[in-house]
Amino acid sequence: MCLAIPAKVLEIDYPFATVSLGGAKRKVRVDLLEDVKPGDYVLVHVGLAIQKVSEEEVREIERLWEELLRE
Amino acid sequence: MGGVVERIVEKIREESKEFEEVKIMHLCGTHEDTISKYNIRSLIPENVKLLAGPGCPVCIIPDEDLQKVFHLLEKEDVILTTFGDMARVPFEGKSLFHYRAKGKDVRIVYSVFDALEIAKNSDKNVVFFAIGFETTMPSTAVAAKEAPENFFIFSAHRFFIPAMEALMPNSEIDGYINPGHVSTIVGVVAYEGLTKYKTPMVISGFEPEDVLLSILMLLKAIKNGSPLLMNEYVRAVRYEGNVKAKEVMNEVFDAEDGSWRGLGIIPNSKASLSRVYENCDAEKFFEDVFEDFVPKEDKRKRNCLCGEILKGKAFPTDCKLFMKACTPRDPIGSCMVSFEGTCNIWAKYGKSL
Repeated sequence: MCLAIPAKVLEIDYPFATVSLGGAKRKVRVDLLEDVKPGDYVLVHVGLAIQKVSEEEVREIERLWEELLRE
Repeated sequence: MGGVVERIVEKIREESKEFEEVKIMHLCGTHEDTISKYNIRSLIPENVKLLAGPGCPVCIIPDEDLQKVFHLLEKEDVILTTFGDMARVPFEGKSLFHYRAKGKDVRIVYSVFDALEIAKNSDKNVVFFAIGFETTMPSTAVAAKEAPENFFIFSAHRFFIPAMEALMPNSEIDGYINPGHVSTIVGVVAYEGLTKYKTPMVISGFEPEDVLLSILMLLKAIKNGSPLLMNEYVRAVRYEGNVKAKEVMNEVFDAEDGSWRGLGIIPNSKASLSRVYENCDAEKFFEDVFEDFVPKEDKRKRNCLCGEILKGKAFPTDCKLFMKACTPRDPIGSCMVSFEGTCNIWAKYGKSL
């Protein structure tokens, strides 16, 4: 139930956006997120984008991994 | 990424050497899916026990809520909408699909917004049987704010943080893997109050590397006694969570004491529609229908261990019914129905010990 799938935002038609879920296009609500733009990655859960996924923080976790593994 | 897995597993082996036994409980069905699918229990040392907690929202809904929805369907000519998992949960051998086969208008939706569209295009009353934790609640809350006159919500939503508050005191668990997608909404901040129990927690993502790294982080924290609250899922979970989603969720729902399968009554865990939104509260609108409702016990479930499995006290293989009387095709307990139920996941990927 709490599965959320990362999707790429293709087009905004507020409060909706067309997103690509692994290639499949779907209309989802994005109005609970601040400042969503085409090209952003969002986590989609039951038709609602619940959070942005940050590329910067994906790099951050890679750094965290490296740090933990080096210790 | 295979190299990363091997390196994390090696670190876990080193860190776990000094422990006689460490009990780690995860709190999300999707984590059990990752753990079973990638057979993570077989990768880590035997003294690190990975237990599954009450992290499946379909599984924890008590039979009483389901019976109430059945009761409503029997008495009223409504269009009943819900998620696919929920429609398969049986009570006395009947599920919502049984009612559909009998001619009742039961429709599976992907999202509450699909249910809202059905209501906008129909003269009939449409009821959405709403389930899920904080991950799912914001979508229902948004729908409540836009509800046409013929749209009603039967809320079986539960707040997850109060369940942790109920689980953590006097627990024998050494560390918790907190639910990743609940956390995208509630944020790291929601768990700060739970650090008083001095049991380390880590918010984890859902890739096998995420779960393994979370186990490693927990082992270090258990050894050192700190940190008590960590976030491994930084790519999606912020400190404050999703503020807009929390606002709409708190505006639409009030917290009441609610019953959970296996865990009993948990204070402030049931999300009921607040007074402002009671015009779309199915339990209020159909009040007369529920007047003669009396909950019953399902005799078929007498030997079902779902309640113990949800508490991490038993594994599916401890249950006499598992893969005998109770299978994914003909389930008895809700843990065998939901894709996030431990029994269903073990049935799919095989015994995961």
